[in-house]
Amino acid sequence: MHLPPPDSEVLSNKARIVARLRDVLPEDAVIDDPAETRAYECDGLAAYRCPPLAAVLPRTTAEVAAALKVCHEEGVPVVPRGSGTSLAGGALPTADCVVLGVARMNRVLEVDYPNRYIRVEAGRTNLSVTGAVESDGFFYAPDPSSQLACAIAGNIAMNSGGAHCLKYGVTTNNLMGVTLVQMDGTVVELGGAHMDAGGLDLLGVVCGSEGQLGVVTEAVLRILPKPEGARPVLIAFGSNEVAGACVADIIKAGVLPVAIEFMDRPCIRACEDFAHAGYPDCEALLIVEVEGSPAEIDEQLGLIRQIAARHNPLEFRESRSEAESAKIWLGRKSAFGAMGQINDYMCLDGTIPVSTLPLVLKRIGEMSREFGLDVANVFHAGDGNMHPLILFDANKPGDLERCEALGAAILKLCVEVGGCLTGEHGVGIEKRDLMTVQFSPEDLEAQMRVKDVFDPKWLLNPAKVFPLSISATRRAA
Amino acid sequence: MRVSDEAELAEAVRAAQGPLTISGGGTRAVGLATAGMAGGGAIDTSGLSGIRLYEPGALTLVAGAGTPLAEVEAALAAEGQRLAFEPADWRGLLGTRGEPTVGGMVAANVSGPRRAQAGACRDALLGVRFVDGAGAVVKNGGRVMKNVTGYDLARLMAGSWGTLGILTEVSLKVLPAAETAATLALPGVGVEDAAAALSAALGSPYDITGAAFLPGAGALVRIEGFAQSVAYRAGRLEAHLARFGEVVRREDGAALWRQVAEVAPFQGRAGDVWRFSLKPSEAAEVARRLEGEVVLDWGGGLLWALLPAGTDARALARPYHGHATLFRADAGTRGQLPVFEPEAPAVQVITSGLRARFDPRGILNPGRMG
Repeated sequence: MHLPPPDSEVLSNKARIVARLRDVLPEDAVIDDPAETRAYECDGLAAYRCPPLAAVLPRTTAEVAAALKVCHEEGVPVVPRGSGTSLAGGALPTADCVVLGVARMNRVLEVDYPNRYIRVEAGRTNLSVTGAVESDGFFYAPDPSSQLACAIAGNIAMNSGGAHCLKYGVTTNNLMGVTLVQMDGTVVELGGAHMDAGGLDLLGVVCGSEGQLGVVTEAVLRILPKPEGARPVLIAFGSNEVAGACVADIIKAGVLPVAIEFMDRPCIRACEDFAHAGYPDCEALLIVEVEGSPAEIDEQLGLIRQIAARHNPLEFRESRSEAESAKIWLGRKSAFGAMGQINDYMCLDGTIPVSTLPLVLKRIGEMSREFGLDVANVFHAGDGNMHPLILFDANKPGDLERCEALGAAILKLCVEVGGCLTGEHGVGIEKRDLMTVQFSPEDLEAQMRVKDVFDPKWLLNPAKVFPLSISATRRAA
Repeated sequence: MRVSDEAELAEAVRAAQGPLTISGGGTRAVGLATAGMAGGGAIDTSGLSGIRLYEPGALTLVAGAGTPLAEVEAALAAEGQRLAFEPADWRGLLGTRGEPTVGGMVAANVSGPRRAQAGACRDALLGVRFVDGAGAVVKNGGRVMKNVTGYDLARLMAGSWGTLGILTEVSLKVLPAAETAATLALPGVGVEDAAAALSAALGSPYDITGAAFLPGAGALVRIEGFAQSVAYRAGRLEAHLARFGEVVRREDGAALWRQVAEVAPFQGRAGDVWRFSLKPSEAAEVARRLEGEVVLDWGGGLLWALLPAGTDARALARPYHGHATLFRADAGTRGQLPVFEPEAPAVQVITSGLRARFDPRGILNPGRMG
């Protein structure tokens, strides 16, 4: 993975740049001591690290605008950062950049139940958005696994999803408006408390633009009344193919569960060893969750039981209490932690058409043997968003490279069968160099034009998303 | 010119000497047409037709942009599925003929009553192919339900009315059709109480898929799903809404929701039709200031108003959070009042920058979005 060499002029101007940032920001909002900037050297993709030139932690939109204006005038690249949980390297700095962290901007600005929205500062964590409204019977739907830590700013940048987006959609479907600061310090309001854009849907293109179009400082988020209740079932199968067919049948039958999670044998075993959730010994396991009143839940689960029965499940375990529900989810929710206990791992995020699930799982198994690295699969089956976990040993020379090569091969397979490189984590640096597998030069050119408009000097998070050779002339201009 | 495939369309755009008026079925003539401008031509995409992929188990459908919406809806109905955003047919309202296409539906981001719960057309849009103003073929998104690979140009194309590119193919997320539906009405309420009742319904856990005010019928609330569940929720809602007035069940729900979607009360009547997208709680106050007949949808988030020709509804309605479109008016009024809501200066810079880059010669539906 390459990053462009740091701009030597920027490096040599460090003292002046930091002084100018101090002029426009409070004393404690500018960090340039190398001992402290190290805290910003990486995000959730911890294999790559690079301390930034400096970090700034503004508290208001005006401070964000002032900091960006300075960087714009000085020609300094800026890497926006929410909570730094990106698995794709979205917040990975370069040595010549200023990291702009929005973590201090975490207030709730407005809660409006009659209009069903909440306005928050973008550094607020995902879970604490729901936290602000749940006592009144509302919630914010997108629920990435990192929701305890991840910031709304990062959710918007990556258009994050979660386990429950089969029913509720991803960030873009729940985002109504943002306050966006452009690289030159211009502040724009996009969207708001109303539905749909009056002109071009600029909000729609900002969501998922990986911090390359502007820094989001405030967001208007749709909140929903909490369903009366929810209950999961666990269904065990003797093969991946049969589990995959059952998923398709559930969807075709008109049941729309809030979540359908799929785990294969290596994953089940690791989770079981780690979390002791009492999962059955089987090849594939589905966790299906439905919502509603107790009677509605019974009705839907009755249907799912009938459908599952046609596929001869090894076990159909319906939760009968809160504690049993928690136990069913326990293993799934600790999947990544369980993997981390055994090994280093790389988590992929490709999406495939649901119909190709059996084929793709079979091919991943073959590739795993070819490359000599174990792969465990856990994913959102209802929407085809795979999360193969490749296990490797970071201390073993050559293992990381082999792991990356296997990862690339699996993602190419996802594209080949009609899917995409990333379903919810984003491109960042991790999948940047694979973009040409999915997109033609014209496709990428069209996307880069959008950045040309929002950030003509290509200073915001410039080394991400687009392969460096393709963005070279723009970054140099 | 009726193009028959994407390559022919790209060639036609490259060869164009002047402004192009783009149409699918020609049923949504909102904004200013460019026909008749010097050197201009017309592009008819109805030849880019046909369902190219439909996987009910994956909830995905891909079709050429010129595919009649009716063909798509029939294919979905045969599998017990549907477009969740309930695209509205505006032929009656706009007095147009022709066959609505899926490309036109996406270009105008057409949604209906279920938009309030299931999202807009653009929320169901998984991917697009289009030809930009320079004649380059671009694809974005794909056919899978979760996809954050690169920028979301599909969303940007939805509602761009052909000003950034000419759609050639769209990929849509579809959903199971509901087994059954129930419609509750509060026949006695006026606009103000209706807006409050709709807000109360949408704030309940009963998963409302329609919340409208239709003159003559009153406030309308819809629930859908499996039979037992619908019966249960209808009962709970009836109690929940009783404080706003008498609640009755309507057996003609399907027809009523079609009237809401198609803004039936304003069809064939003289006057301008305005479409406001609002913060829902502002609907009653805006309706009062406009002093005209209104239809509310999306719990008040969408307000249709019928006003005397030439009325500047925006000036009357202010202040409001949202935007207004002069949806139906004669050419004179459309020349005087902006059809689309004027944007803030900084937003306008971005919008025109995007237009200039996707359509450097300014030939794609110029003037359409004002």
